[in-house]
Amino acid sequence: MEQLVYKKPDSIRDDFKITFCPGCDHGVAVRLVAEVLDELGVRENTIGIASVGCSVFSYDFFNVDIVEAQHGRSMAVATGVKRSKPDKIVFTYQGDGDLASIGIAETIHAMTRGEKVTAICINNTTYGMTGGQAGPTTLLGQVTTTTTQGRRADINGYPIKISELLKEIEGTAYVARVTLDSPQAVVNAKKCIKKAFEAQIKGLGTGFVEILATCPTNWKMTPQQAHERVRGEMSDVFKPGIYKDKVSEAK
Amino acid sequence: MRKKELLKGNYAIAKAAVEAGCQSYFAYPITPQSEIGEYLSSEMPKLGRAYVSAESEVAAISMLLGAGSTGVKAMTSSSSCAVALMQEGLSFIAGDEIPCVLVSVMRAGPGLGYIYPSQGDYFQTTKGGGNGDYKIITFAPSSVQECIDLTYKCFYVSQKYRTPVCLLADGMLGQMMEPAVIGEYPYEEIDQSGWALDGAKNREARHIASIEREQETLRQRVEKIFEKYNKILENENIFEKYETEGAKLIITAFGSIARIAKAAVKLARKNGLKVGLFRPILLNPFPEETVAEIAEKAEVILDIELNCGQMLQDIKASIAGKVKIPVKFYGRPAGVMMTVEEIYKQIENCYREITEKKYGTACI
Amino acid sequence: MGRIVLNRDRCKACYICVDSCPNKVLEADEKVNALGYYPAKFNADKKCAGCAICARVCPDMAIEKVYR
Repeated sequence: MEQLVYKKPDSIRDDFKITFCPGCDHGVAVRLVAEVLDELGVRENTIGIASVGCSVFSYDFFNVDIVEAQHGRSMAVATGVKRSKPDKIVFTYQGDGDLASIGIAETIHAMTRGEKVTAICINNTTYGMTGGQAGPTTLLGQVTTTTTQGRRADINGYPIKISELLKEIEGTAYVARVTLDSPQAVVNAKKCIKKAFEAQIKGLGTGFVEILATCPTNWKMTPQQAHERVRGEMSDVFKPGIYKDKVSEAK
Repeated sequence: MRKKELLKGNYAIAKAAVEAGCQSYFAYPITPQSEIGEYLSSEMPKLGRAYVSAESEVAAISMLLGAGSTGVKAMTSSSSCAVALMQEGLSFIAGDEIPCVLVSVMRAGPGLGYIYPSQGDYFQTTKGGGNGDYKIITFAPSSVQECIDLTYKCFYVSQKYRTPVCLLADGMLGQMMEPAVIGEYPYEEIDQSGWALDGAKNREARHIASIEREQETLRQRVEKIFEKYNKILENENIFEKYETEGAKLIITAFGSIARIAKAAVKLARKNGLKVGLFRPILLNPFPEETVAEIAEKAEVILDIELNCGQMLQDIKASIAGKVKIPVKFYGRPAGVMMTVEEIYKQIENCYREITEKKYGTACI
Repeated sequence: MGRIVLNRDRCKACYICVDSCPNKVLEADEKVNALGYYPAKFNADKKCAGCAICARVCPDMAIEKVYR
């Protein structure tokens, strides 16, 4: 007897449009979030926050209520939603430019308040949607359209280490950095995303997952080369791992 | 029967917000409106409602956007240089058609200026600093009682038309005390369940966003929002006309200055001068036709503001091409309040010029 | 034996599935799809384990169903 072992999650719209470039990890990240919402049985009780950047069209694929935030303000918008409707599951889906550059204040303060929300951050070391400019996480030496000779510390400063920073904040209950560069990594990433939602559901504080993701278009690489880069220089600087886990401690 | 209390403007606004059923309040302190947040920080939690000290006004307006998107009555309050920080959020909120209330208690600018009363943010509020075509519906109180009544009106209008609404007060109103009654919220509750976000249960998922890729759809959406503004002007245009019948000189003023001007008009009438006052309470959309009608029988308009001439532009635009009378202006940058005597003197000067037929017909 | 349902018009030809499939049952199609790409193609002659790895790594959710 043939068994269905995989199907599109219900938290993805039937008429979904994936608006990302070929081979971009965003699509996998979106699906993992949707699978987690399905597995936790919270789809009908969830409000998502769409950020500005490649993630702006979240409502093209997520089959949950979505409100669009201004650039960088997702965690403040999430605060407004959660405080007004405390029984809802609230999550943001942001890029590193949105969360860690223009929105770093909103991110840090929402987490400092221990807002019971979940933040998913796609770190691809560049501003993808605007065409690959240097962002807060651009690696030293990385060539972008605004660091054409490679990022230099003396001119452009250093890449920000998001998870290392956010784990220090008392209000975060779960902080992990994951990759999507292999089937095993995808399975692991999903586990971490689930934990980040459980942190919210259990009322422990903010759940956060940083996903090291590819941007083949702006990196000017094939999807395969891009995954190599995630495994290599990106993981060397941004070490994957679980940085904080009050969810397991609470069990 | 509810009793009259001696109330400071800021507390009156805060109490009215509670009475109106405000579920969520977000703000960052700034003089001269900080009492609103202080009061609500203790009252809202008692009622099981949300109070959040935002990390900035940028965050406060974003929280307001989020709260409003769930359909609850939500409010923030701020002042001038800090309302400036909210302009991005206000543009999004207007584009998203999210109902919510902004209380703006003006102080002197530009920049930090100081905490003195001012009407220097008429432009900021009614012309806006955010991007794109939108309006922030604006009501301007001129007494503590109106601070209460118009707070109610702001919540009602915001929810009825799904639009951000501003209560535009100033440091004088925020800080002064006078007797007022916190009456019952007089408006019907407007059901928000048809659009608000509360989880896609037994219905399609909803999305609230200002982004729109289809150019034609984007055009239609903004046009629809502007149709709404027309309806608001039609249905919610409130103003005060005082002794405008048979007046040769019409004083136009709004907010706190208008009540001082009214006292000067009373004095002028007592002295036999045919002077009237027009005080728009709905400032945005601006009641152009109402101004034109009143101007029709007058010979001169004297606009008085505690700024360098902001509503003045709307007064002039209101009568342009319709009524050929001069519009004079008396005002000064923020800070020192005007006295009744001072305004009366301006009225007298203006009136003397009318009787001396100094004004031609084409000096607009 | 397993099989997959692949919506060829959703595929953007990144071939991450092709590289990830342990049994190499996926390959590049020779005909372009509606998006203008040469999408991944399921080769029914080869032995699909129904492991769903392809669906899990596909960034476009082009692999709609996996059976085992």
